[in-house]
Amino acid sequence: MAQMPASSVQDSSHVLETHDLRAHYRMKYFGIDREVRAVDGISMHVRKNEVYGIAGESSCGKTTFIKAIAAAIRPPLEIVAGHVNYSFIKGDLYAMPAADRSAIRWRHLSYILQGSMNVLNPVRRIHKTFEDFAFRHMHLGRAEFDQAVKHHLERLRLPAEILRAYPHELSGGMRQRVCIALATLCKPEIIIADEPTTALDVVVQKDVLAMIRETQSGFGSSMIFVTHDLTVHANVTDRLGIMYAGRLVEEGRTADVFANPMHPYTAHLIASLPKIGDTQSRNALSGSPPNLADPPKGCRFHPRCPLAMEICRYENPALTTLAEDHRVACFAASTKVQPANDEGSGEAKTLEMAR
Amino acid sequence: MTAPLLHLDNVTKLYKRGGLFGREEFRAVDNVSFHIDDKEPQVFTIIGESGSGKTTLARMVLNMIRPTTGTIFFKGQDLASIRSGGARRRFMKEVQPIFQNPFEAFNPLKRVDRYLYMTAKNFTDAHSSAQLDAAADAALNKVGLSIGEVRGRFPHELSGGQLQRVAIARALIPGPSMIVADEPVSMVDASLRMSIVNLFRTLRDELKVSIIYITHDLATAYYVSDRIIIMRKGEVVESGSARVVLENPQHEYSRLLKSAVLSPDPHGHGVLTGDSAASQQARASPRRQTINSRS
Repeated sequence: MAQMPASSVQDSSHVLETHDLRAHYRMKYFGIDREVRAVDGISMHVRKNEVYGIAGESSCGKTTFIKAIAAAIRPPLEIVAGHVNYSFIKGDLYAMPAADRSAIRWRHLSYILQGSMNVLNPVRRIHKTFEDFAFRHMHLGRAEFDQAVKHHLERLRLPAEILRAYPHELSGGMRQRVCIALATLCKPEIIIADEPTTALDVVVQKDVLAMIRETQSGFGSSMIFVTHDLTVHANVTDRLGIMYAGRLVEEGRTADVFANPMHPYTAHLIASLPKIGDTQSRNALSGSPPNLADPPKGCRFHPRCPLAMEICRYENPALTTLAEDHRVACFAASTKVQPANDEGSGEAKTLEMAR
Repeated sequence: MTAPLLHLDNVTKLYKRGGLFGREEFRAVDNVSFHIDDKEPQVFTIIGESGSGKTTLARMVLNMIRPTTGTIFFKGQDLASIRSGGARRRFMKEVQPIFQNPFEAFNPLKRVDRYLYMTAKNFTDAHSSAQLDAAADAALNKVGLSIGEVRGRFPHELSGGQLQRVAIARALIPGPSMIVADEPVSMVDASLRMSIVNLFRTLRDELKVSIIYITHDLATAYYVSDRIIIMRKGEVVESGSARVVLENPQHEYSRLLKSAVLSPDPHGHGVLTGDSAASQQARASPRRQTINSRS
């Protein structure tokens, strides 16, 4: 495992920036309009060579957000407003032709997904899968490509024999490692990992996490790491964003967020983690996440929030920088937090009109 | 002398694999013995990684499969002697399961309340729809839901945490003395996990139900359980009081498991902590490592 702390190699340039990104599911069936606002105004950036964690419970829009930044938009999902900018492309991701967009995938942007069995084709040997995914992006001859794959596996300390195996012959942890090898083959600038270890055992999970971290820092890629398990975030990520109901409610350096959570939702998530050696009873949050087709007005957390005030019921708090590199969207956290314009900025409106 | 609630005596389960050429035997559960007293309801936890035989053991306790050798006694009765439909129903009234993934446990085409009504119809003397409603509502109240939230709903209309609580409510309808919960929280969100685990504590303390809690999550096991056993490749490697075992594991494998638990305290810059030797060892010995046998 690389001993080099990530901060020493970080520089301030941003690999990915999103500005007020809104991605909604819009359905018009039988005359019924339904709009699910799964990603509702997210502005964030990912720096070079850092692991950015996104936490939140199911149906909070984590996966939709990933789809939006990876340009994997299929109807009924639509980008309603906002920008996605990458350092390796000029201008907005959604302003470029679709063919160029698909060319950046895997070459500059790759993913590690949760169900490795669903990623690897069950009827093709692993080396065929490598070809299917990466051959056209590598621009190499067949022999050179094979050589590159072998060399890459060696670097990740995976046995070369796995290339001849079928996915079902490998254990779950090994399959997930193959997926990591597949995602890092082209040495992309940014890797998106969506719940990569949720289906794995504790022992295997730790190994796979170590491998992800090692590969990421070895190749100098940035990474967006999504999981609902905060203990994984505590151990892997450099910065952490907490999502609730389609919005980012808190963001900061992982250590700061854990030491000093400013949003009541974050504070609850951290307080509810059980620990070995501590048996005091922990309370679960009552209520359930809001329906994104009809979210509560104002701050979306207010129906479950222990600190809810009058203003929370009708105004949406803006994500405000309260400490160095620490942004929070909660009126109770500080008086500096101002209401945000709920329906998006004027610029976003015009964009919507243009589309 | 009263018989213990559950007593396993040298239970072994063999599976045979392979076809015409090269049959091999696979010991899913190897010579496991333990017992659960009926004096005090308790949460009894079985810990192990996947493939360690936890689920096979649970299925044998539920009398869904028979052990190859050894006997299981529930309240002094040998499970192998349960043959008639009536005896089976009496046993099912006492022991109820909860499964891992609530979305798979419920048929997506059936309404959720139907499961509650059918269980009430089969295992209690409720017959009229008002009685069935009352039985379902009473069970749902125990898990913090009410029949109004569930009536007429399909599984996809409820969240994972709600659905898992409905599954627990269903298991409570017959008034069981033991619940076997097979990885009940591993598919549930971290924020809802504690509500399920807290519910187990309530069931034990207030309804006096013993719970066999099967998991690979050591942190919740420590939080909720009274006694644990740690299994590896079908064998019990360590057993005893949960606090004692998890605070100070003796067996090498238990120590490895404990070292693999990620601490919720951040260490900054994503450096994984823990015993690197232990994780090296884990890398060297994954189960079902077919590749090694092929090369």
